[in-house]
Amino acid sequence: MACSITIRDVRKTYGQFVALDSVALDIAPGEFLTLLGPSGSGKTTLLMILAGFIRPEAGSITVDSDEILRKPPHLRNIGMVFQNYALFPHMSVGENVGYPLKLRKVGAAERYERAREALKLVQLDHLMDRRINQLSGGQRQRVALARAIVFEPQILLMDEPLSALDKKLREQMQIELKHLHDRLGMTTVYVTHDQREALTMSDRVAVMNHGHILQVAPPREIYERPCDRFVADFVGESNFLPVEMRGDAATFGGAPLQLAEGQSAGSGNKALLVRPEKLDILGATPAPEHNPIDGTVEELVYQGETMLIYVTLTSGETIALRRGTRQQALSEMPRVGEPIRLGLHRDDTVLIDEAAHA
Amino acid sequence: MHDMTAPQGGHALNRKELAADERREKRQILGLSLPAAAIILVLLVIPVGWLFALSFVSNGEIGLANYTRMIEYSAYLSIFSTTILISLFVTLLCIVLGYPVAYLLGQMPPRLATIGLAFVIIPFWTSILVRTYAWLVILQRQGIVNDALIGIGLIDEPLRLAHNLTGTVIGMTHVMLPFLVLPLYATVRNIDGDLMRAANNMGASPARAFRDVFLPLSMPGLIAGSLLVFILCLGFYVTPQILGGGRVIMVSMKIQQNVQTYFDWGAGSALGVVLLLIVFAIFYLVHRLAGLDRIFAR
Amino acid sequence: MSVGPLPIAPYRRLWLYGVVAGVLFFLVAPIFIVIPISFSDSEFLEFPPRGFSLRWYAAYFNDPQWMAATRVSFIAAALTVLFATPLGTAAAYAIHRAQSRWVRSLHVLMLLPQMVPLILIGIGLFYVYIQLGLVNSMLGIVLAHTLLATPFVVVTVLAGLQSFDMTQEKVARSLGASWPVAFFTVTLPQIRLSMVSGAFFAFTTSLDEVVIGLFIAGGDNTVLTRRMFLSLRDQIEPTIAAISSLLIVITLAALIAVALFARKAD
Repeated sequence: MACSITIRDVRKTYGQFVALDSVALDIAPGEFLTLLGPSGSGKTTLLMILAGFIRPEAGSITVDSDEILRKPPHLRNIGMVFQNYALFPHMSVGENVGYPLKLRKVGAAERYERAREALKLVQLDHLMDRRINQLSGGQRQRVALARAIVFEPQILLMDEPLSALDKKLREQMQIELKHLHDRLGMTTVYVTHDQREALTMSDRVAVMNHGHILQVAPPREIYERPCDRFVADFVGESNFLPVEMRGDAATFGGAPLQLAEGQSAGSGNKALLVRPEKLDILGATPAPEHNPIDGTVEELVYQGETMLIYVTLTSGETIALRRGTRQQALSEMPRVGEPIRLGLHRDDTVLIDEAAHA
Repeated sequence: MHDMTAPQGGHALNRKELAADERREKRQILGLSLPAAAIILVLLVIPVGWLFALSFVSNGEIGLANYTRMIEYSAYLSIFSTTILISLFVTLLCIVLGYPVAYLLGQMPPRLATIGLAFVIIPFWTSILVRTYAWLVILQRQGIVNDALIGIGLIDEPLRLAHNLTGTVIGMTHVMLPFLVLPLYATVRNIDGDLMRAANNMGASPARAFRDVFLPLSMPGLIAGSLLVFILCLGFYVTPQILGGGRVIMVSMKIQQNVQTYFDWGAGSALGVVLLLIVFAIFYLVHRLAGLDRIFAR
Repeated sequence: MSVGPLPIAPYRRLWLYGVVAGVLFFLVAPIFIVIPISFSDSEFLEFPPRGFSLRWYAAYFNDPQWMAATRVSFIAAALTVLFATPLGTAAAYAIHRAQSRWVRSLHVLMLLPQMVPLILIGIGLFYVYIQLGLVNSMLGIVLAHTLLATPFVVVTVLAGLQSFDMTQEKVARSLGASWPVAFFTVTLPQIRLSMVSGAFFAFTTSLDEVVIGLFIAGGDNTVLTRRMFLSLRDQIEPTIAAISSLLIVITLAALIAVALFARKAD
């Protein structure tokens, strides 16, 4: 029952502001796709267009080659979970979940059974008779989810559904949502501005900015091989080091860089993307596969599970690296003011085009 | 359905259809207001427009005669000045009486404030006619006020309190007071008490803190409320008619007289047009100073 | 929200409490003087009344003209509620939902009946009704009262809609409800308190209306307030006190009903 979604040339403007600039995207049947971007990037606009609450100026959206763009929301058969859940306060939990079935003229007995099953999926079948205002935030989120899937829609849309929950609950729900998706197999489009959430849950992530989709790829590729500086910067922590190009070879601070396979230098301005956790501290022992980077320890920030170390390079930039905080590592931690030699393994080198996108 | 002539080249899938859908939906939503809008247009806008046209007709001739008469005849001028002076005075009385009420209720705990507000809302929703009648009873020659004043020996002869200007002003003030208190209360209630405490903390006396902090912040509500009172006073008919006893003639009474007694639609309409222009000018002023929403929020 | 007590010793504000108590007394006193007088056994409007009787109520209930006027007023008020409530609700919904450059003008248009002086609306309607033959007709009265009452409904329902979360309507639509269905099953149940208050405002507006009635509500369709107004100009007799007391009680009962409904809806 999972279906594919094909988005073509979808354009939406508000006066001078271009919310979506001819966006195209293909979503595979059963895929969990996340739209990731800062506020104003167009991700929610795109989701609302899919749901039918915003009408674009132009474009086409087909679900299994069936054009839905001109269908009103209630004929699209798309389940949606809103950021604030939008549960109906004048109905009980069971009535909320039964509502879409009631609209589909499902009889009372079957409605009750199916609502209970949907609530069972989110482990809330014991709360069917509760009022909405008696539920906690996490429970409301689950009820909203049960209500959105109870009528077995072909597509499930979620608009930052976890943003109102505290961190612990949020991380737990991320896993639960992922498992639920694996079980139900609905094509799912998820919107968030939280990059970690996007990486945790998605089959593929589409990074958006200024009404454009910049990159669509599996989480690992988004993080390890971002297509441009915006994606690299928005997803994860990053240091950028200027790289000088000499023909096919690249140098940083005068020293030649060993590059990973497939990372040819090419032409144009490039920057070296350095993730804080990819840096090693090189001791006296030589490490032929590492690119050495020299600097002075500037500041140490203890953050619990990791220590953040700021290093000022001899070339002038400041970069950050992370170390774990096991006792042994802590005892070997460099001190502020000491010189330090960092190493970036050549397999971890990523070159980014410096053409300003953001 | 590709539109080959679309200016954006090929990037205009469904452009025409979507635009049509958008227009249709807008029309559907706006259409919901059609019955109400139609009633207001047919029963208010068009009739008042007709009166406006009629105001330029005097004795079968088109001209400004109805307006020049208002300037030339001192009787008309005095009706306007009476109306404006009474309205100003009543507005002032409402401010003096209403501000302390809104100020104090605004600081009370919600439960007590609700009880206090009930004292304002109950008369507000009681028929103006009933209230005017009550004042007639209270203020008449053998009424409670006169009885009490004679009883405590303050006066020997009953005072004339009703059927004159005094009665009119008392009755109008009573009717108008809630119109001032309610918007003012809504404004005052939302003033953050910490601001006053902060001013106090910085060394301002309570009176000084009131003048420098509270009063300016309450201004939008006060302006909205008092201008509303003033406008309603300008067009007031029932209370001055009953409590004025024929000694107080306000514009609305003259309009009624012109139309129903003399069948002089032109003269009545001209008065009405002037009244309407004044009222709209003030509404525009409120809108600029405080926002119309404050007036109609009840 | 509460401003809370200011750091001023209560005794220093005694004068303020005194003034406010005085003003509040001024506001309600007339209402609670009319009621005792209506039970007086005397022709004169004495307060406090010396003897108790129901003769003024009897005078009212036994007078066919008062009864006819009362019937006309209540029928008109009920019909006004029936017209103004749906009309005002629909208009408020349109103003709230439409994203059109017409919305502001529409909003102002809806408030117009509260902005134009009543006397002007009165003679304007009188003029139009003469042409249409609606003077002194029930239809004419109900239309005029609907004109006056609709803005109250628009304002209260609009306030209700503003505190209502419209994403609920969206979610209902995504779950399979067309928007009329979404409105009736999700939005309406949650704004019904504002609709009830709007209906109450419409009812009292119609019941209490005087000025326009003087022009268009005479003859067989004389409304209660017009009859009261005309008899007040001639003499002040306690029959009016009896009617006034009944009107006060009805208004109070309706206000309390709305307040109780509001508490229940919470």
